[in-house]
Amino acid sequence: MLDFSMTPGAFGFEAWQSRWSILSGVGVTMASSGLTIVFATILGILFGVALTYGWWWLRLVIRLYVDVMRGIPVLVLILFTYYGLALFGINVPAFWAGVIALSGFATAHIAETLRGAVQSVPQGQMEAGKAIGLRFAQRLRYVILPQAVRRMLPPWVNTCLEIVKGTTLLSVIGVVELLLASQQIMARNYLIVDFYLLATVLYLVINFTIAQIGGVLERRFSYLRY
Amino acid sequence: MIQYYFDWSVITRNAGALGEALLLGLGLAVVSLLIGSVIGLAAAYARLSGRKWLAWPVWAYVEFIRCMPLLLLIFFVYFGLPEFNISWFDKTESFVLTLSLYAGAYMSEVFRAGLGSIPKQYVEAAKAIGLRPWQRQRYVVLPVMFRITLPAISNNLISLFKDTSLAAAIAVPELTFVARRINADTFRVMEVWLSVSAMYLVTAYTIATLLRLVERRYASIR
Repeated sequence: MLDFSMTPGAFGFEAWQSRWSILSGVGVTMASSGLTIVFATILGILFGVALTYGWWWLRLVIRLYVDVMRGIPVLVLILFTYYGLALFGINVPAFWAGVIALSGFATAHIAETLRGAVQSVPQGQMEAGKAIGLRFAQRLRYVILPQAVRRMLPPWVNTCLEIVKGTTLLSVIGVVELLLASQQIMARNYLIVDFYLLATVLYLVINFTIAQIGGVLERRFSYLRY
Repeated sequence: MIQYYFDWSVITRNAGALGEALLLGLGLAVVSLLIGSVIGLAAAYARLSGRKWLAWPVWAYVEFIRCMPLLLLIFFVYFGLPEFNISWFDKTESFVLTLSLYAGAYMSEVFRAGLGSIPKQYVEAAKAIGLRPWQRQRYVVLPVMFRITLPAISNNLISLFKDTSLAAAIAVPELTFVARRINADTFRVMEVWLSVSAMYLVTAYTIATLLRLVERRYASIR
């Protein structure tokens, strides 16, 4: 196990041979999680604001969406999206089906954390904004959201980690991300433990980096205290 | 717009298989939660013991599991253990082993918070009436801790139940696996995935409601 010599059949040699597959797997993992994080954050903030301040019917619809998304396993969502979209004549590649499903799932989580963050901003802030004559959009933009975003930073970083971990499920519908790329290499050379260890280390590096960046952001934005 | 005719007979014909698969998933989640709780409790005590050589490996275990995709862990245990000549687990046992280790990491955080939130006076009062150290844990600390952590435990049970869907990847015949099989046999995409989503959803909310009742019944300590 973990023989680093450069003879055929040893881990060192095989890893070097498959360096491009591994790197493209890392690339697909990062691209799918990056896109999902961007989509889910934008939609999640919109949904979260609607969930707090929307008309009652809009709140009801989004509450239903959030609760349904949180009660269904991501894998089922991914499979449903992958097979279901084709029925409606939308033939997207597996990669995009996966990104759509993951985004739908993460949007629900971010909407819920944003709602919590917005509601934790003291009522007086909204009233003070009203008092100096800001319109609703301005109160949201300049008063509420800057404070709410700071509060939702820790759970948001957690959701990002969940998304990166969730991209492994895309391997089930045939997206060659890091996990499936490693498995394809294992199918060639039977170095099962070695390449799972390599994938483990790469996932740890990616997630640890995100957690560290999250920590830096939190410290950067933590000057605000109540 | 395409024409799609619903044919729910696919679901009624396979209702038995789907029900059995749902129960298997629930069983996997409950067993993993139980084993995971034992691991988690031991890990939480190790973290709080104040001994570095005990606390450090447990910290590494928890952080490792929390940074790892569950699917990778499942494959690693299922395909990796036989490489070390450990091949006495079948796929279901291997999945339960993985999910228990996974649950153990999350439960240890729950229990650590729970143990930390017990008022010091309780332990002091137990000392004062002359209980031995293990009696203090058994009759005072643990019962209180379980009541405090019940909401977190029920959250964990629900997410473990959702995670059992990943067992489909190593062909454990739980709900997602059976759904994929029916989908492949009949290609009634909408019927299959709508019903399976509904089954997961209803089960998850039933668990949540039942455990909330249990919480209300036992939440005598505030």
